[in-house]
Amino acid sequence: MKIRVIPSQDIVETVARLCQEANYFLPEDVFRALEKARETEESPLGRETLGQILTNARLARVEEMAICQDCGVAVVFLEVGQDVHITGGELYDAVNEGVRRGYEQGYLRKSMVSPPHISRVNTRDNTPAVIHTDIIPGDRLRITVMPKGGGSENMSRLFMLSPGQGRQGVIEAVIRAVDEAGSNPCPPVIVGVGIGGTAEKAMTLAKKATLRPIGSANPVEENARLEQELLRRVNALGIGPEGFGGRITALAVHVETFPAHLASLPVAVSLQCHAARQKEAVL
Amino acid sequence: MKPVAIRSPLDDETISRLKSGDWVLITGIIYVARDAAHMKMIEALDRNEPLPFDVRGQTIYYMGPAPAKPGQPIGSAGPTTSGRMDSFTPRLLVEGLKVMIGKGKRTQVVKDAMIKHRAVYLAAVGGAGALISRSIRKSEIIAYADLGPGAVLRLEVEDFPAIVVNDIYGGDLYQEGQAKYRMELK
Repeated sequence: MKIRVIPSQDIVETVARLCQEANYFLPEDVFRALEKARETEESPLGRETLGQILTNARLARVEEMAICQDCGVAVVFLEVGQDVHITGGELYDAVNEGVRRGYEQGYLRKSMVSPPHISRVNTRDNTPAVIHTDIIPGDRLRITVMPKGGGSENMSRLFMLSPGQGRQGVIEAVIRAVDEAGSNPCPPVIVGVGIGGTAEKAMTLAKKATLRPIGSANPVEENARLEQELLRRVNALGIGPEGFGGRITALAVHVETFPAHLASLPVAVSLQCHAARQKEAVL
Repeated sequence: MKPVAIRSPLDDETISRLKSGDWVLITGIIYVARDAAHMKMIEALDRNEPLPFDVRGQTIYYMGPAPAKPGQPIGSAGPTTSGRMDSFTPRLLVEGLKVMIGKGKRTQVVKDAMIKHRAVYLAAVGGAGALISRSIRKSEIIAYADLGPGAVLRLEVEDFPAIVVNDIYGGDLYQEGQAKYRMELK
């Protein structure tokens, strides 16, 4: 086994590029799902709204401008191969420098304020990023940048269910979260559901679930069935595109699970707006 | 869906014709303010100081733009969540504000105040900031520049697309739209 060296400068440049590309270029699977939604949506207002959303995505791509003015918190997922050695600086410093450059040079809105509960002064460079790190086998570094807007993030919910509430309790929690969110998270949304673990584990699972390719099924069959049932029930809510009423409230529901304490059944819901931005690179 | 062209500021007659679910294309002047600016405006009223602009009869757009690229008036410029303005809105309606543009539902207190003061709430399509920026011809900061993307702006817009959510007759597109398509599943 050989240690692979990655200069921190490569990380800076990669993160800067990913911040811009994520904000300009809506992922292909999201675009296709929105096109399909426009074909199936019964509400005339809903179809008109989806048309504007698609036109917007095309315009942002061609003009290389932000899809949405809320260029988000820079949520950065790192999968660090355990045989990687980073040289020339600290990993998290490199990520933040990348965010700083990407947002400044890319004409992206800087939305971070600090301290969050008192004076709320803008940090002026959209740092710090929210960084999630997993150590994995191998000698590669995978970086995923997910600009996460405030409107959808504010609709996140955590339910610490009683274990006896079981599968039905999970369904009711998810439906309640989406129904109460209504038009706020900019539907059609991608619903990420994290079931199990601890409070923070469930929330992280839910967030990561929104990163999965749209409509990809959970590999466990009973979870895949739960995803289908949740999607059907969410779309029966009638919220529709932008909450103007319609059949398409969600493009997908993705479920991720983790074993839980015998006393616990955490259920976390993370909603991603239709501008479901993400971009990844592997170094 | 045929949109109706209207001019901002809106006159009372135009406001009285708007119904929830109508698409409109707005041309004229609109002001931009989000929550931090609203807080400062309410503080100014509390001190009996003038507002950064006279809100009587005017339109406020809840928005914080992305930076403009060279040669363009503004960057991406879609609506932000209106709920954060709810606690400040009734006071501005008393002052004469007539039109609000944002996204997402309002509280019953705000909706009641809108009916009382004959004001309307419109939604622009959230997340369509690039498209919406095309209808903004000119943008200038008129107050609270220190708030960055939260500063108060004066915009000149042409065919700015929006949809009527709350009209002066109690109509509410979010409720009506969802009720129309909601299905009860076993």
